[in-house]
Amino acid sequence: METTGEEVEASLVEARQTFKSGHTRSVVWRKKQLEALIQLIHDNEDKIFEALYDDLGKHQAEAYRDEVGVVLKAANYALSNLQKWMAPKRSSIPLLFFPAKGELQPEPLGVVLIFSSWNFPISLTLDPLIGAISAGNTVAVKPSEQAPACSSFLAKYIPLYMDCKAIKVMQGGPQVSENLLQHKWDKIFFTGSPRVGQIVMSAAAKHLTPVTLELGGKCPTILDSLSNPSDMKVAVKRIVGGKWGPCSGQACIGVDYLLVEEKMAPTVIELLKKTIKRFYGQVPIESKSLARIVNKHHFERLCNLLRDPRVANTIIHGGSVDEDNLFMEPTILLDPPVDAEIMSEEIFGPLLPIITLKKIEESVEFIKSRPKPLTIYAFTKDESLKRRIVSETSSGSVVFNDVMIQFLCDTLPFGGVDQSGFGRYHGKYSFDSFSHEKAIMQGSFFPEIEPRYPPWNHFKMKFIRLAYALDYFGLLLHLLGLKR
Amino acid sequence: MRVYFRSGATREASWRKQQLKGLLAFLKENEGDIMKALKQDLGKHYAEAYRDEVGTLIKSLNFALQSLKRWMSPKKAELPLMALLSTAEVMPEPLGLILVFSSWNFPIGLSLEPLIGALAAGNTVVLKPSDLSPACSSLLANTLRSYLDNRAVKVIQGGAAVGEKLLQERWDKIFFTGSTQVGRIVMSAAAKHLTPVILELGGKCPAVLDSLSWNWDREASIKRILVGKFGTCAGQACITIDYVLVEKESLSTVVEMMKEITGKMFGENPRESNSIARIVNKSHFLRLKNLVDDPAVKASIVHGGKMDEDNLFIEPTILVDPPLESEIMTEEIFGPLLPIISLEKIEESMEFIKSRPKPLAIYVFTRSKTLERRILSETSSGSVTFNDAIVQYAADTIPFGGVGKSGIGRYHGNYSFEAFSHEKAVVRRSFFTDFWFRYPPWNDHKLQLFKTAYNFDYLGMLLVILGLKRIKASHMV
Repeated sequence: METTGEEVEASLVEARQTFKSGHTRSVVWRKKQLEALIQLIHDNEDKIFEALYDDLGKHQAEAYRDEVGVVLKAANYALSNLQKWMAPKRSSIPLLFFPAKGELQPEPLGVVLIFSSWNFPISLTLDPLIGAISAGNTVAVKPSEQAPACSSFLAKYIPLYMDCKAIKVMQGGPQVSENLLQHKWDKIFFTGSPRVGQIVMSAAAKHLTPVTLELGGKCPTILDSLSNPSDMKVAVKRIVGGKWGPCSGQACIGVDYLLVEEKMAPTVIELLKKTIKRFYGQVPIESKSLARIVNKHHFERLCNLLRDPRVANTIIHGGSVDEDNLFMEPTILLDPPVDAEIMSEEIFGPLLPIITLKKIEESVEFIKSRPKPLTIYAFTKDESLKRRIVSETSSGSVVFNDVMIQFLCDTLPFGGVDQSGFGRYHGKYSFDSFSHEKAIMQGSFFPEIEPRYPPWNHFKMKFIRLAYALDYFGLLLHLLGLKR
Repeated sequence: MRVYFRSGATREASWRKQQLKGLLAFLKENEGDIMKALKQDLGKHYAEAYRDEVGTLIKSLNFALQSLKRWMSPKKAELPLMALLSTAEVMPEPLGLILVFSSWNFPIGLSLEPLIGALAAGNTVVLKPSDLSPACSSLLANTLRSYLDNRAVKVIQGGAAVGEKLLQERWDKIFFTGSTQVGRIVMSAAAKHLTPVILELGGKCPAVLDSLSWNWDREASIKRILVGKFGTCAGQACITIDYVLVEKESLSTVVEMMKEITGKMFGENPRESNSIARIVNKSHFLRLKNLVDDPAVKASIVHGGKMDEDNLFIEPTILVDPPLESEIMTEEIFGPLLPIISLEKIEESMEFIKSRPKPLAIYVFTRSKTLERRILSETSSGSVTFNDAIVQYAADTIPFGGVGKSGIGRYHGNYSFEAFSHEKAVVRRSFFTDFWFRYPPWNDHKLQLFKTAYNFDYLGMLLVILGLKRIKASHMV
């Protein structure tokens, strides 16, 4: 099951040769692979649902919404736009260089390596793969071993549908990753934790390999007082959907914690409890709509967050767990200490701390004093608060009055900043992420301008000055020997 | 400096413009001192110093001042109809605290060009110029402060030890121009803090000189090659022409022309000529001397070869077909030694270049559209310039950067602004449109709706809602 060192070596050699042959550069090849991927998904949708259920207990609707649908949409978008993306773009060249012309030509980087995370094991592998293929590269993907059913599925079916000389699936854990990282790649795309991100970038540095790191962070959600009660209901629905909906809170852009004004807290908590009951029923463990915790290790980690007595005291809803089924019910905490681990580490689970503030404007300072997150969510109609959030905080993205949907927009760059990562993808940004934009300058033999060449003298010096000042008229006069 | 950045002062357009204007004033008021420093460090002629450093900076500053407002404004992002009543835009914001390392060969230009981008993007900056160009380094450290906001821009002088210490701190971005070897060290240090980097490295930039039937073309090509090599910091430049590839047939003509034109440009006694720069220091001088000490290489010298250690002067030197395994053909030369490699057919240059690391630039002098197409599609490099050399550095509208071993990232013009910005996606949604099928508890009906929604199949959605259509049934768990 684990890809051996020799297999890695052999795969890399073949991928390099395939790239060198120029085969993957044709638009025909790229389109064929994208179409094959779409076919793979259509033919095996059931198996994908099964694998996601095995690994994470995801319901089909969630699996479609967050993984299958996302990949199909991305592949279709790439197919429709591929030729446009591949075409060279004219670039204006300053008049000074007349009659030179400029152009930007995207070209593939070569052999790229994609690491994906276990929480969205299908989409986080295939979405970057779509970008890499669209850009004409050969690719090795290594899905996370913590989602073994999905990893096996990809290892089995990708070679059946796609060009196996160009696209390789590696399986295994940290040892296989280490092995992969020792080789030279033309780009590495990594989705995962900051800790492993550091290891990836350090390894990449040895070969000067460019990287894109999609990491995590604690995505705060600001909930302002909304005067219209139906707006409040919608806001809470979206927050609940954004916390427990995606993989039971195990999502990089999931809602991590909530910031509300003190006086709003009781109303918000009531609404949250009501909404949770509506979505997941009286006995959440029986609900089929909640994913499971991925494995015992993460289960323990989450239980540990609650073991701190100062934290356990603040649980106001939920809190029950079932180790055998790796299940944790939706849990709400009110004002756990901000120095507790649950408020300093990314939760990545179904625990929602609510932090109360005297005034909602304090949320800006709260967020600013912490590492830059992947996303900031804010539910508010206050335009000046919105302005402050946008201009005073920094994050990968900001979403007002909703959650998660920035992930679905092909026209928006998806990526972090600072500790939440660097680089971005989705839509054309995926194509760009795996391309090198080559600058082309088309010069002409005519005219020949003597002042460009030594030996230097006063006349030539003056010419150069005028040229850089873009003083074309002055240049002309100078050349004609007329003084200004 | 982080505290100052936090205050938001550097984000104002007015502050950024002030800094850029400050840089313009620095260049205009201290031109004489800048020229002196460049002469001292590298023996550059006034014209070369202006052309390659002061002039390009003035141009870039004017371009940035003109474009700043446009660069700073958010760009609307189109959303699908499904998103109803939502808007989205991509908004640039500064990264924070930037560290810029510059190289010794264009010590003013390579320090201030990235600084322009960093300041235009609203960041605070620490600049460490190279200690191998000490006069320029001191000038920047002592004089810049009167023109820029000292709470936001600091110049730190020193060598490798200072560089190492700086690398231990946490930065929001590191911009490095220099050798591949040090580039690795910078990236490894950046990895500890997950700091993104831009590395402008080097490589051996080849020039492909096709057989040109018209003398005008041939002369222009050779002049451009020679000034790009010997006339640009004596070949100590990342985008200089490292070596030339020609067809055997044209070899003798080319060599003759090169000798003649070199003589015209740099005089019969180049050492007397003030038109060629010096080698930066003894260590690099000896490195270059070492390249030609190899007897097989020495034997291939057809012009020049004289070296003066006391004056750190090497005259324009042309070699024909030195052995390909010799160091002069495997390491980046970075000096006024120009090897000419002869091939049976010019098309072989494709394979020659492909079998070597990707360079920062490839130069091709040709009238053949076929050759042009082949070079573009079969080779990879930071950039390709046809029928000219070096000038791409001065064009603000095309990106300047490498690929593979020649670097990561790019800058110049708009790309400088982007290099030091984070493009934040901002989405504004309405409470009004709330699709009920977004929320659990899940059922098949909602799954059907997801499928139509993702396909942007609005009619399909309507039909499913009305119960008139069913998407391919899946096994319900």
